[in-house]
Amino acid sequence: MHGRHLLVTVALIASATLVACGGLGAEEGGSGRNAINWYVFNEPGGSYDKAVADCNKEAGGKYQINYVKLPTDANQQRELIVRRLAAEDKDIDLIGMDVIWTAELAEAGWILPWEGEDKTVATEGKLEGPLKTVEYKGKVYGIPFTSNTQLLWYRKDKVDTPADDFTWDEMIDDAVEKNTHVEVQARQYEGMTVWVNALIAGAGGQIVNQAGDVKVDDTAKTAAEIVSKLGKSKAAPPGMSTNAEDQARQGFESGRSYYEVNYPFVYPSAEAIGKDFQKNMGWARYPRSVKGEESRPPLGGINIGVSKYSETPDLAFEAAKCIANEQHQGDAAELGGLPPTTESVYETDQVKKAYPFADVLRESIEAAAPRPVTPAYSDISLAVQKTYSPPDGIDPNGIVKKLKDRIEKAAEGKIF
Amino acid sequence: MATAQSAGAETVRQTAAPPKRGMTDRARAERKLAWLLCAPAVIAMLIVTGYPIGYAVYLSLQRYDLRFPDDKEFVGLSNYADVLSSWSTWWQDVINTLIITVVSVSIELVLGMAIALVMHRAIFGRGPVRAAILIPYGIITVVAAFAWKYAFDPTSGFIAGLPLISDTAQPLNTHNGSMLVIILAEVWKTTPFMALLLLAGLALVPDELHEAAKVDGATTTQRFFRITIPLMKPAILVALLFRTLDAFRIFDNIYIIQPGGALNTESVSILGYNVLINRVNIGLGSAISILIFVCVILIAVFFVKALGTSTAQQRGET
Repeated sequence: MHGRHLLVTVALIASATLVACGGLGAEEGGSGRNAINWYVFNEPGGSYDKAVADCNKEAGGKYQINYVKLPTDANQQRELIVRRLAAEDKDIDLIGMDVIWTAELAEAGWILPWEGEDKTVATEGKLEGPLKTVEYKGKVYGIPFTSNTQLLWYRKDKVDTPADDFTWDEMIDDAVEKNTHVEVQARQYEGMTVWVNALIAGAGGQIVNQAGDVKVDDTAKTAAEIVSKLGKSKAAPPGMSTNAEDQARQGFESGRSYYEVNYPFVYPSAEAIGKDFQKNMGWARYPRSVKGEESRPPLGGINIGVSKYSETPDLAFEAAKCIANEQHQGDAAELGGLPPTTESVYETDQVKKAYPFADVLRESIEAAAPRPVTPAYSDISLAVQKTYSPPDGIDPNGIVKKLKDRIEKAAEGKIF
Repeated sequence: MATAQSAGAETVRQTAAPPKRGMTDRARAERKLAWLLCAPAVIAMLIVTGYPIGYAVYLSLQRYDLRFPDDKEFVGLSNYADVLSSWSTWWQDVINTLIITVVSVSIELVLGMAIALVMHRAIFGRGPVRAAILIPYGIITVVAAFAWKYAFDPTSGFIAGLPLISDTAQPLNTHNGSMLVIILAEVWKTTPFMALLLLAGLALVPDELHEAAKVDGATTTQRFFRITIPLMKPAILVALLFRTLDAFRIFDNIYIIQPGGALNTESVSILGYNVLINRVNIGLGSAISILIFVCVILIAVFFVKALGTSTAQQRGET
C-alpha cells in the first residue's frame, strides 16, 4: 500500500519535471513537429523579430520559428550553446553562431554541413571574408547572415583627416601631442583577441594557419609594441585595461578622446548626443600596424548553423535560408546596425541610407583578417588575452615565446 | 554521525551493567537499529556527494574534451602533473586565493569580534541592532559584488569619482586595487556571519568569571585576553574554519568585479570554471576541481586538529 503510494508520487514528480523540461525554449509561438527554435543573441533593434515574423508568415504554417534569445555577452552565448550541444539537446534547431565558432562546432560534429542546393544559396554572392568564416575542412557549415568590422572614428573638428597609410604609431603620437586619448577594447576578453589578431595580421603575420599550426612570429612582437605603447602613453584612456566596446563608445562621446577604434554601432549612437556631434564624426579604414602593409581590420558577424540534434533538419535549413535572405540582411543593417554579408545588399538604398560609410565598410570587410579557424579557438583566444593583458604591463621582448608557448599548450588541451 | 554512534555506545555501556565480553542482546539490537536509522542518510550522502566525487576523480584521469570526443583516452595522472607544474597559472592562482583568504578572514575576525561584543553588550534595541548588522549577509553575493563594482567603476562609480582617487590610479585598473576591492566586498558581505558565530561563543563565557577577575583587579583588556578569548577559542576556531573554507572557494565576487579573473585576480575556482565551462576540457577541469577539494580538506584537517587540541586542553583544565 505504502509502496504503491510512493511509486505514484515519484512517477508524478518525474512526469512534472519532464513536462517542464520539454517546455523550455518553446515558450512562444508554435510547438510540436514544425517548430524551429533559433538560438541567437538578442538584437535590440528588432530586425531579428521582423525576420522571424516575415518567415513564419511566408512559410504559411510549414514551419514556425521561435526566436530564443541568448545572453548579450559572447562568452556566455558560447558556453550555453556548447553545453547544450554536448548534452545532445534536441531543442536547438538553428544556432546564431559567432563567426569564430564554426571550426569548434563542426569538428565536434554538432552542426550539419550545407550541401547541394542549400550550399549554393548559402554561398552565392557572399563577400569573401564572411564566406571564409563558414568554411571548415572544405565544407560549408552555415549561411553567413550579418557581418561586422571595425573602423577608425575620429573628430573631424579636432584632428586632420588620416592619410591612407595612417598607422597606430602616428595615431598614438598625434593623440599624445593633442593631449587626447585613443579608445580601444583592451579588457581581458574576446575584444582583446580581436585587437591583437588585427594588429598581427596587419603586420603580415598570423596566429594559427588554416591547417591549425601555430604560426606566431615577430609580428606578435610588433602587435605587443603597439599595445604597450598605447598602454604606457598619455593617450591611454582612463580604465583602458577594463574597457570594452561600450566604454570606448562612451569615452569618445564624452569628448575625452578624438580617436576611437570600434564597430559601426557607434555611429547611430552618436546621433543621440546631437546632430552636431555626429556631423563632426569622421570615419576611415582601420589603422595600419606597419607603414608598408595594408591594414587587416577585424571580422565579426553571425552565421546560421543547423544543429545535428534537430529533429527537423530539412525545415531548419529552409528557415535559415529565409532568415538570412537579402531583405533581412538589409533590415539588420537598418535596424540593428549589422553590416550585410551579401555583396549586392550594399547597393540598396536601405543600406546606403543607414551607412553613409557603406563603401569603406565593405572594403574593410573584404580586407578583414579572420580570427584563427581552429576547433581550439576559445582556448587560443584565452591564451592571447592573457598574454597581452594588461596593456601597460606587458614586455614586447618576451612576448613571442610566451604566446607561442601558451598557444601550443592550449592546442594540446593543457593548462596555460 | 560518529558522535551519535559513540554516544549510543556510551549509553549501551551504561545500561548493560557489567559488560563481560561483547554485548547483550538488547545492546546488539540497539546498535542494529542505530545503523538502520543512519542508513538513509548514509545512502543519500553516498549518492549526492560520494558518487560525484568519485566520478570527478575518474574523469580527472582522462584526456577528455567535449569538443574532441574521439580523442578521449586514459592518461593516468598526467592532468595532475600538468596542473601542478604550471607555475604561472595554478600556483599563481593558489597564491592569489591564499592572499584573498588570509587577508579577508583576518579582517573579518577582528571586525566580527568587535561587532559580536557590541551585539553582546547592546542594552537598547538588541533586536534591531542584530538585524541591521546581519543585512549584508542576507544580500545575494552577486548583487553585493555588483554594488561594489559599480561603486568603484572607473567611469561612473561614486567612489572612483572622489577627489582622493586620480583618474590614472583607479583601483579597478590595477592588480592591487582590484584585489583590494574584491577583499573589501568579501569582508563586507561575510563579517556578519563571523560576528554571529563569535556571538554564540561569547554567550558561553560565564559572567561570574569576569566578576571574579574584576574583584581581583584585572583590567578590561586583561579580562578580554585572559578570560574571554581562551574560553571562546573553540567558537573562534569554528568560525575561522567555516570562513576559511568559504573564502578559499571564492568565485562570485571575482567573476563580477574582474570578469574572467582579469589583471591577475584569478582564483583557483575561476581557473576551474574557465577550464571546465569555457574550454569544456572535462579531464583537466576535473583534475583542478579535485586539487581544490584536496586543498579544502587540508584546511579542514588543520583546523579540526587545532580545534581538537584546544577542546582537549579545556577538558583537561576543568
